[in-house]
Amino acid sequence: MEIQLKLNGRPVRDSIDADTLLIDFVRAHGCASVKRGCETSNCGLCTVLLDGKPVLSCSVLAARADGHEVQTLEGLQAEAEEFVSFIADQGAEQCGFCNPGYVMNTIALLRENPDPTDDEIRAYLAGNLCRCSGYEGQLRGIRAFLNARNAKGGTDRG
Amino acid sequence: MLTIKRYVRAQSLDEAYTLCQKRSNVVLGGMLWLKTQNRTVDTAIDLSDLILDTIEETPEAFRIGAMVPLRALEQHPGLDALTRGAMAESVRHIVGVQFRNLATVGGSIYGRFGFSDVLTLFLTLDAVVELHHGGAVPLADYAARPYERDILTHVVIPKQPGNVAYLAQRNISTDFPVLTCAVAVRGDGVRCAIGARPMKAQLYTGDPALLAGGITPESAAAFGESIAAEVAFSSNLRAGADYRRAVCPVLVRRALLACKEEA
Amino acid sequence: MAELKTVGKPMRKKDAMNLLLGKPAFVEDVTPRDCLVVKVLRSPHAHALIRAINTDIAMKVPGMVAIYTYKDVPKKRFTTAGQTYPEPSPHDRLILDQRVRFVGDAVAILAGENEKAVEKAMKLIKVDYEVLPAVLDPHTAKDNPILVHPEENWEALCPVGADNKRNLCATETCGEGDVDQVLADCDVVIDHVWHTKPCQQAMMETFRTYTEIDPYGRLHVISSTQIVFHVRRILALALDIPKSKIHVEKPRIGGGFGAKQSVVAEIYPAFVTWKTGRAARLIYTRQECQTAGSPRHEMEVHVRLGADNNGKIRAMDVYTLSNTGAYSEHGPTTVGLSGHKSIPLYTGSLEAFRFAYDVVYTNVQAAGAYRGYGATQGIFAVESAVNELADRLGIDPVKLREQNMVREGMTMPAYYNEPANACALDRCLARCKEIFHWDEKFPVRDMGNGKVRAAGVAMAMQGSGISGVDVGSATVKLSDDGFYNLTIGAADMGTGCDTILAQMVAECMDCDLDNVAVFGADSDASPYDSGSYASSTTYVTGKAVEKACEQLKEQLCKLAAETLGCQPGDVEFTGKSVRRCDGTAEMTLAELATRSQCSNTTAVQATATHSSPVSPPPFMVGMAEIELDKETGSVTVLDYKAVVDCGTPINPNLARVQTEGGIVQGIGMALFEDVTYSDKGRILEDSLMQYKIPTRLDMGHLQVEFESSYEPTGPFGAKSIGEIVINTPSPAIAQAVYRATGLWFRELPITPEKILMGMRSKQA
Repeated sequence: MEIQLKLNGRPVRDSIDADTLLIDFVRAHGCASVKRGCETSNCGLCTVLLDGKPVLSCSVLAARADGHEVQTLEGLQAEAEEFVSFIADQGAEQCGFCNPGYVMNTIALLRENPDPTDDEIRAYLAGNLCRCSGYEGQLRGIRAFLNARNAKGGTDRG
Repeated sequence: MLTIKRYVRAQSLDEAYTLCQKRSNVVLGGMLWLKTQNRTVDTAIDLSDLILDTIEETPEAFRIGAMVPLRALEQHPGLDALTRGAMAESVRHIVGVQFRNLATVGGSIYGRFGFSDVLTLFLTLDAVVELHHGGAVPLADYAARPYERDILTHVVIPKQPGNVAYLAQRNISTDFPVLTCAVAVRGDGVRCAIGARPMKAQLYTGDPALLAGGITPESAAAFGESIAAEVAFSSNLRAGADYRRAVCPVLVRRALLACKEEA
Repeated sequence: MAELKTVGKPMRKKDAMNLLLGKPAFVEDVTPRDCLVVKVLRSPHAHALIRAINTDIAMKVPGMVAIYTYKDVPKKRFTTAGQTYPEPSPHDRLILDQRVRFVGDAVAILAGENEKAVEKAMKLIKVDYEVLPAVLDPHTAKDNPILVHPEENWEALCPVGADNKRNLCATETCGEGDVDQVLADCDVVIDHVWHTKPCQQAMMETFRTYTEIDPYGRLHVISSTQIVFHVRRILALALDIPKSKIHVEKPRIGGGFGAKQSVVAEIYPAFVTWKTGRAARLIYTRQECQTAGSPRHEMEVHVRLGADNNGKIRAMDVYTLSNTGAYSEHGPTTVGLSGHKSIPLYTGSLEAFRFAYDVVYTNVQAAGAYRGYGATQGIFAVESAVNELADRLGIDPVKLREQNMVREGMTMPAYYNEPANACALDRCLARCKEIFHWDEKFPVRDMGNGKVRAAGVAMAMQGSGISGVDVGSATVKLSDDGFYNLTIGAADMGTGCDTILAQMVAECMDCDLDNVAVFGADSDASPYDSGSYASSTTYVTGKAVEKACEQLKEQLCKLAAETLGCQPGDVEFTGKSVRRCDGTAEMTLAELATRSQCSNTTAVQATATHSSPVSPPPFMVGMAEIELDKETGSVTVLDYKAVVDCGTPINPNLARVQTEGGIVQGIGMALFEDVTYSDKGRILEDSLMQYKIPTRLDMGHLQVEFESSYEPTGPFGAKSIGEIVINTPSPAIAQAVYRATGLWFRELPITPEKILMGMRSKQA
């Protein structure tokens, strides 16, 4: 079947199988940041934004995204760069395999709640597993970003 | 591995209904459970175009479309006020935000999964299921029925005064629950649902007379025991029947006392 | 010593931003998509012989290219353990065998043009199994009439006590002093058995490998591996082809934790490519990772700990029964750490010890290497025994440790008589006690509503590389404009060793970190390195980096002297240049680089190799505070504080995150991560839905500090950090649970069900 969607701002049209998953579709269209870590919708590595909402692309049929807008980290580099350097400054990226999913969900969090508490960060990112970092450094990174931003005069979104 | 031969975005409920009469066809909810299965589906029926993803509020009720994601339940101010936070509490432990943006109310209720937090809470809220052909069915009846080939379009939660509390026992956060418990205390009495037994949630009456003198730590504990005595428990990978039986009265007591505190 | 400029600083990892921005970096990102898809048909039986296997119908599926069975593979046995040759792990595997030895063992290799074709074909392979009785209980494995490896060509290359006709993968007894006599003389003896499960590394990137034939007709392997050189050797043995025909490299690795110290996935696509000449790729599913991977060895550790009434620990007798599963990988070696890296913690007072073990074959998933490598299991047992002793004697467990622990300058008889040249364990304990507020938190506190708070403590040690075995090498080269290339065979699996080793180059060569470009690991291009495991890279390869830099400086001085017309002794290296000591002339690094590329016979590239006769232990103290719900059995970790002595932390940020990550894995092992089997031997926790690793809601608050010591044999005084960090949570949390409930849990994980039902049966 044929679908057409907006991928990172660009219209993409392609022929797919009915059971093609969105993760495989976007990876085939150059979005290698989207990772698969499980088969049971548990790890969060494959997080993309579907019409602006974070979803697990391993659990969405590409067909369902027909006519919708999909964003991956490839399309949100500038928004990510604002805060990921603070995570790098903690050494909390570690192996990096979970990073894109976690960064995508952090983007979603900060759009929804520009000045979250630590507990709100933990709750929002609970579906993003990481086996390397022990999570604490990721939190320190986001907290450092928020503190730096707030010290500069708050968020332009909030 | 899940194989799907054909995908159809239904343009009417009738079309969806007709398609779903065939055994090898499936109506898609959030697709999260379906995806873990090793099966072949002839036609996957998507209800996404049928505007079932809204929560309508009327003076008497909230009418929740089948395609409303669990995340929307969690964030809905009206449902939050009605349930005193129990709605968000019942879903916030489910995997993660990205998962809850996909999982649908319709999928959760139609599935009548043993592990369902949503089913447990909705039973105590006296929810009513609307089926395209079957019409309105009280959830308590619907939950006991075998899977029918009908389209679940809405779940209606009547506005009732009273207090609600939701508690679940989990081995680890974001996991399936080991036991779920929802309690509603209203003018006409107490409603209590227990789920993840690990069989699907049911309403239990317990011995309401125990609460005749009001909800106290002692009466709540006794009532919890009366509920636990009524419930059938079993074992699965996450815990044994005996553990569930031991935890059940604790959750009921705590939920009752939480309801009292709200009052 | 001059003040350090780069070493000891929290430098950002060189690949950090690219990883965080999701740039292509991993096997699946950097290898072509249009290659053969390889999958493995796996056994549904724990033990069976393949009577017949029919692939004809499966091969008719359009797109299928090849299906291989045991009839198609070489008959020479090998091990997939990534260890220095000759491996201690007996050679007991074939690529495919007629006998399948666990649920998940490989039965056939399928290769096709696309995933759907291969999936479809897999369902169409007809296998006729003669199902055999299986050995599922490690207690009855030794001398069981059912043999996991009855084959005649099974071979143990090293004298580890292995005997395939007894289901024995290894056995040994060692000790010092008369342990039975001292125990008989002790006032108190703690005597129990502790049991740990075959926990999974659960690295986020599953096993995966891409293979192709390169323009020279060689097998080019791009794999997510910690051990490129061992992969080359093992593939050559398995495929029965010359090692010169194989080239192995690794891109970024999505986590390893030891899992990728075994050749788990590489063999299958390599075999397909070698047979078909076509590029191939195998990506393990999470289910395969959980059921046909290389998890921790399940162990039962029996400790008899003897002390006098004053708390002097006098004797320790440790016996470990380790379950290696169907194959030998890392079986003979992991078990050694269960005693040799637990008993020496009490060197301070110990009069006698004995350590004995059996490692048995059973028909379950083969184990492998997982962070901690046996020390984790042994330390859970020994540290728990010490905590039980403290309780029995009514002595504060911190005080008991102060009284008995190993201290700097001691020789550790249970650790191969190695000296503790650098040991800040005493300071770690004192500091941890202080930041944790031990004296306030150790008493049990009732929080109301059935909840109590309690605390526990544990110490740990590990090694730094395998003494007398591990080899680390580094090549440092001066390049255009005066930047340096560092080439290594060690594998950065997220740990940051590329950056840490580059920091050492920057320190030695007195330059900015940005002036060092790192490359590795590649079996053709890198100097030989055993690989990144056994906590070896910072300590062993780091020393090689130091040496290589010294050699390069000499080369630079020689080249400058030649050019300036003086003797090498007349010039000195300044970091930016080489100049005459009398200040009359100077060549900048850029000039030297240019000079080196024209009419030059002096190399400006040095390779150094290092191996250490000792393996200096890092030390650590961890303290856990939990809240336990006595009505449901739930445990919430509130706070975890740890103080680590890893010698000099080369990069405190990366050392801290290693520690935090290890602690959270340890919390998972203590409370959540379980492996159980059906009665037919099938693993039930075969997904991340059933095998529950901690989320960020399950680990409380972590705080990590360092108490530095200076290890004279390590680079800049460094020891290791990678593994030790997983060792303290299990015993510390088990003690906290005891404090809250009055029950010692000696089997992991400690689940709410075990706690609540334990409390109920105690009351009854």
